Amino acid sequence: MIIDINFIGLIIASIMASAVPLILASCGELITERSGVLNLGVEGMMIIGAISGFALMTVTGSLIIAIFGAMLAGVLISTIFAFLTQTLITNHVATGLALTIFGIGISAMIGKNFVGIPGKEFPVLFENLKDTIPLIGPILFGHSIVFYFAFALPFVTNYFLKKTKLGLIVRAVGDSPVSASNQGIKVRLVRYLCILYGGAMSGLAGAYLSMIYTPQWIENMTGGRGWIALALVVFSTWNPIKILIGAMIFGGLTIIQFHMQAIGVRIPVQFLTALPYIVTIIVLVVISRDSRKIRLSTPSSLGKSFHKDN
Amino acid sequence: MIKIVKRDQPSRAIFFFTPVLAIFLTLVAGGLIFFILGFKPFEALKFFFIVPIADKYGFSELLLKATPLCLIAIGLSFCFKSNNWNIGAEGQLTFGAIVSGGVALLFYEQEGFYILPIVILAGAIGGMLYASIPAILKTYFNTNEILVSLMLVYVSKLILDYLVVGPWSNPEGFNFPETRQFSDSAKLPLLFEGLRIHAGIFLALAAVIVSWFVFYKTYLGFQMKVSGFSLKTAKYAGYKGKKMIILVFLISGACAGLAGVGEITGPIGQLHREISPDYGFTAIIVAFLGRLHPVGIIFASLVVAITYLGAETAQIFMQIPKYTGQVFQGMILFFLLASDYLLFFKIKFIGSKK
Repeated sequence: MIIDINFIGLIIASIMASAVPLILASCGELITERSGVLNLGVEGMMIIGAISGFALMTVTGSLIIAIFGAMLAGVLISTIFAFLTQTLITNHVATGLALTIFGIGISAMIGKNFVGIPGKEFPVLFENLKDTIPLIGPILFGHSIVFYFAFALPFVTNYFLKKTKLGLIVRAVGDSPVSASNQGIKVRLVRYLCILYGGAMSGLAGAYLSMIYTPQWIENMTGGRGWIALALVVFSTWNPIKILIGAMIFGGLTIIQFHMQAIGVRIPVQFLTALPYIVTIIVLVVISRDSRKIRLSTPSSLGKSFHKDN
Repeated sequence: MIKIVKRDQPSRAIFFFTPVLAIFLTLVAGGLIFFILGFKPFEALKFFFIVPIADKYGFSELLLKATPLCLIAIGLSFCFKSNNWNIGAEGQLTFGAIVSGGVALLFYEQEGFYILPIVILAGAIGGMLYASIPAILKTYFNTNEILVSLMLVYVSKLILDYLVVGPWSNPEGFNFPETRQFSDSAKLPLLFEGLRIHAGIFLALAAVIVSWFVFYKTYLGFQMKVSGFSLKTAKYAGYKGKKMIILVFLISGACAGLAGVGEITGPIGQLHREISPDYGFTAIIVAFLGRLHPVGIIFASLVVAITYLGAETAQIFMQIPKYTGQVFQGMILFFLLASDYLLFFKIKFIGSKK
């Protein structure tokens, strides 16, 4: 069997493409969690982003409005979460769950009129360079702007957290809100902003799914990716660079599924579909087994409410 | 001028009042959403919350939907009270249904009084087995139970899908994704002629009574309460933390499994692809709305069950999308959590003196 080297390049590129929404949502959630807030509503924010992006694209015809609109929708819905957990000091876990249930419901309600409408073609960059270099060409070139943004994001996030003053503030708020507050840092404000940023990234991840990856609206089309993104943050031990690795593994599992079916491997399709979820569990077990390491890398105040009067 | 003052102690009266407030606020917000969507708010709310339960049949349907919600929520309250976040009840329900359905299929075309108890027991065991996975991983491998229990929901649905499409599909079923019909001895008896409400409701009531007894009359209930308040205190008091985590997961898995049994051996009488309209997730809301109190959960399950029926009725009569039900469920939880603020803080209206 002759394996075309460009074919391998295409497979790698497709793995990367399926990793994009995971990277975006995980990097957003990572910042939120680094500030001490556990937002379990990623799935809900993502699906809101998906329908907002698709609906705006269909109605306005503008891809730019659609992309930014989806991010704004993510920000708006995460504002509910921020207001509840930060101002009304509600439990993070329960509020996040409510956000996911609410988001799935609202998205299906809005999406009713958009089922079956074909999407638009999203412009890709450097298409002409694709065939210039074998193997590398299809991997590096001919992708959407969101794709490139996603692969830059973990590095930017890493730089932000480690090298900038703002990043230090975010980490301080997450690790020790009391001392941060004593230093004059507005803990609640920082957390608000980190939650909204997470919402924007989840919204963008959703828009990528409905506008670029599979350009159409299907109910529940995020299909648990939001939850896998949450698991990836644990997997990464809150280190953005490792998110990249994790997202590639899960992207790979998704893509392998299609190719196994294509070459006629006799494994029931349901088992292949279940693979990413099962692998997530196994990976979580392996990572968490070392409780000391988890304790050292988890933001100390993760999921705990902070109130000045306390 | 409005001033917010912290209460010395959480108010007990408000503790039971806020769920009512949350439901009221949800109705107001729901009316607003209907208005935005271009419906007459009061008419829509009437179709959503009153019409579906206005007759005998409707009331039976209400109990039919409230039964699994109540059963699962009772189980979840064991977990939530002791600070264990089992959010995968939907998976435990599905797996319980798979195991009990498998056993029911073994008794295909057989009759006997012993069949139903075995089928019910199998469902409870199935749910327990499935719930034991996140419990064991949490206790021995320090793994986050939220993510594990949730991932297992997807896995259970795929297992069910595989079974009803593949090995367990009805040989005479023209490739429909469903199993054979269970024999009559493997089905829960219907309570009234012409209505779908079945004996599963007694399972839910039994769970309510047992849980009330455990919560308020046993040492275990006390331990759970203490662990819920503070894990450190529980440790200091020498409670066996690991044992309790596993126990509460098993209880909640058993309840979810039983809810699964009720779904498949009740009106449906076979396994098929969609055995539960996300009862396992909705029950989380029911548990909170009922304040993790057995009696509260009964009321909460009835209220939340209306959102299922209302969504169906509103869709038929007013073409309101059925997902509105989910939107309502999300809103109830939002408003409930928000109004908990009143538990800890008093809002005082003071005359504008300077």
